Amino acid sequence: MAKIRSGEDLNRLAAMYRQATEKAAKRILVCAGTGCVANGSLLVHAALKKAIEKTGVAVDLDYLLEHDVPNNATQLDKSGCRGFCQMGPLVLIEPHNFMYVHVRPEDAEEIIQESIIGDRCVERLTYMSSSGDKHYDREEDIPFYKKQHRQTLSNCGHMNPEDIREYIARDGYKGLARALTEYGPDQVVEEVLASGLRGLGGAGFPTGRKWQAVRQAAGDTKYVVCNGDEGDPGAFMDRSIMEGDPHKVLEGMIIAGYAVGAAEGYIYVRAEYPLAVERLTKAIQEAEEYGLLGDNILGTGFSFRLHINQGAGAFVCGESSALVASIEGKRGMPVPRPPRLAQKGLFGCPTLLNNVETFANVSFIMREGAQAFANLGTPTSHGTKAFALTGNVKNTGLIEVPMGTTLREVIFDIGGGIKDDREFKAVQIGGPSGACLTKEHLDLPLDFDSLKRAGAMMGSGGLVVMDERTCMVEVARFFMDFTQRESCGKCIPCREGTSRMLEILERIVGGEGTEEDLGLLEEIAHMVHDMSLCGLGQTAANPVLSTLKHFRDEYLAHVRDKRCPAGVCRALRRFEIDASKCRGCGRCARNCPVGAISGQIKQPFTIDPERCIRCGACIKQCAFHAIREVN
Amino acid sequence: MANGELSCGRRFAAVNEILERHQRRPERLVAVLQEVQEVYRYLPEEVLQYVATGMGLSPAKVFGVATFYENFSLEPKGKYVIRCCDGTACHVHSSDEILTAVRDRLGLKEGQTTTSDLMFTLETVACLGACALAPVVTINGEVYGQATPEKIVAIIDELAGGKEHGEN
Ligand SMILES: Cc1cc2nc3c(=O)[nH]c(=O)nc-3n(C[C@H](O)[C@H](O)[C@H](O)COP(=O)(O)O)c2cc1C
Ligand code: SF4
Ligand code: FES
Repeated sequence: MAKIRSGEDLNRLAAMYRQATEKAAKRILVCAGTGCVANGSLLVHAALKKAIEKTGVAVDLDYLLEHDVPNNATQLDKSGCRGFCQMGPLVLIEPHNFMYVHVRPEDAEEIIQESIIGDRCVERLTYMSSSGDKHYDREEDIPFYKKQHRQTLSNCGHMNPEDIREYIARDGYKGLARALTEYGPDQVVEEVLASGLRGLGGAGFPTGRKWQAVRQAAGDTKYVVCNGDEGDPGAFMDRSIMEGDPHKVLEGMIIAGYAVGAAEGYIYVRAEYPLAVERLTKAIQEAEEYGLLGDNILGTGFSFRLHINQGAGAFVCGESSALVASIEGKRGMPVPRPPRLAQKGLFGCPTLLNNVETFANVSFIMREGAQAFANLGTPTSHGTKAFALTGNVKNTGLIEVPMGTTLREVIFDIGGGIKDDREFKAVQIGGPSGACLTKEHLDLPLDFDSLKRAGAMMGSGGLVVMDERTCMVEVARFFMDFTQRESCGKCIPCREGTSRMLEILERIVGGEGTEEDLGLLEEIAHMVHDMSLCGLGQTAANPVLSTLKHFRDEYLAHVRDKRCPAGVCRALRRFEIDASKCRGCGRCARNCPVGAISGQIKQPFTIDPERCIRCGACIKQCAFHAIREVN
Repeated sequence: MANGELSCGRRFAAVNEILERHQRRPERLVAVLQEVQEVYRYLPEEVLQYVATGMGLSPAKVFGVATFYENFSLEPKGKYVIRCCDGTACHVHSSDEILTAVRDRLGLKEGQTTTSDLMFTLETVACLGACALAPVVTINGEVYGQATPEKIVAIIDELAGGKEHGEN
């Protein structure tokens, strides 16, 4: 491959790849994201290939570029994650845009016969509404996709992430070409400033201002760092982008390098994402071959190199100064600031650090202009945000919506409402540093400032929906357990405070809590917030404080009445024998491991709550359903 | 002395190769340890010592890094590493039931993570990034989504070659 030496070269190639793709009348895209692969999509891909070859030819881009194509040719491709992983393996048929869900290898022949040869939709493989009365043939009609606006994720699921040519065909690297040939570095910074893009890694700091600070910082050597640590348990936006559209991340970083005056960049990916590492590695290699990375990019004289660093399992390394320490091969502990990274970052040099999704927005801004970007969203939060929608919601997956979309739209329109039509209780936004929002917040617009006003934060974009069966005290304990384990231990208030809060929460869910504990929790929470160095400690108490605020009754039930209203906390479960149903067979008493059940044969039995260890063995044994759990 | 060094060098041939590839640069320490762990499946103490000498770092620095990151293990791991996700999404999908079932199946005592025959190691992880498939378990990197205690125990049975409960 000859290196691309100018913007015109790039446009010519893009046109050539597009024409080649159009030669094949039909194209089948099989999702090869982590989720779909786990569900067997690679087997589906192989079966489809076999099935195509029975009646025609299966072609790929290489073939299309070099040959005339018979009209029975079908292009078969693997794509990145389409976001609807729960329905995987997913198969998309173009140009009809038929979308098939839960496809198995056995379905391949029918798909080829019906949809490729016959141009018909295979109804039984399409997505069916959860009420079971409506089929949706096309991706764009499915409620899950309808309210989304996939701008950052535009390529995810629509192209092969392992082929740079497909990215180029979809206007990839056009933003880079514009930046390098039509703009000076200062103007690129201006453009990013004008777009109003804000950091999507959590804090929402204006990206342009960060770029400006690094651009203006004194020093010959500067670095660009991409934060792909994505430690929030319950979030996978960055994973999907790195896996499904790796070049978009590279393009953003190269533009950033040009703007701030850096010649080298690092992508820090958490170790749990091996596929992301693989795809990024391939993307870097291909971009270098094409002259889009490395020396003399696009013939402009600008040179930039990229390296990948893998994390080693420490949540705190997502914090920017800890991440920098980790790249330097040290223990990943945050350091006090100032100096800021923009002055003294990686290897002591001025460093620009942004999140994966933030970088992925840059190519759009440089290609379509700041105004086009700013047209979407709210006055203070422009553009879109990707969320990982999970928990007790019907449709789980990766979604992208314009900033300002309400929680209700996300949970009920896109998410399809609560699973098994239970009651919505709360949604946790922003992971362990975030907060719980409740029914009263359903009409809250999801943007940086509205969330902040509601006492929550955007965080990374994890949205975990919880239904009525969730115990909010146990949720608070769960997050505290996480934070306590991940505290790096540098600050005593964070290290000790999180341990003490965890102890108290464990006491409460264990039925040993008192009302004073609630006051003590609040007191420690404020102390840890005020006296911790980094965001981990500063936000550690958020889940506790927000659940205490919105679900105080539940805490009180635990400490006063020794009752868990959701019936989750094991130590607070109580079992009762319904005297009217009990036939007095004695089976429960024989199966109770601690002999807590007693009675006379043929008379109703009773459980001694003092001795009962709440294992539930008796419930399973009773043939007359006479034993139940009371909350 | 020179002789001793030579045999030591030969014993750690794989480590030497890793050190060379990273040009013994101190900032590559995390990556070096990751690759060393790939070879040994854990970080044996004498290897850490060797790495420290080889990179011109103090043993304290190398041990400090090795103990900071959760993915590094100073103890031998099993042939199969089972990682149960207990991230938020998996937690609300009752991942703890899987964990309990696997523990019981492997007969692991409180605080024990690896079976005594070094066949299995059980770990929890705070999110594998496949939340839409919750609950998620990986076994040597292979992802199992929408997992159930029964499914995972069945896979373990298969990997163990029909070995019975507690027989390890
Ligand atoms: C404990 C902790 C963990 C963090 N984890 C991440 C993370 O996984 N990914 C991320 O992009 N930012 C994370 N951040 C935020 C980063 O420090 C930083 O603000 C962000 O990466 C900046 O990029 P942005 O301006 O593009 O958002 C974390 C912060 C803290 C305090
Ligand atoms: S606040 Fe906690 S995690 Fe952050 S530096 Fe201090 S001890 Fe470490
Ligand atoms: S992995 Fe296929 S839709 Fe997410």
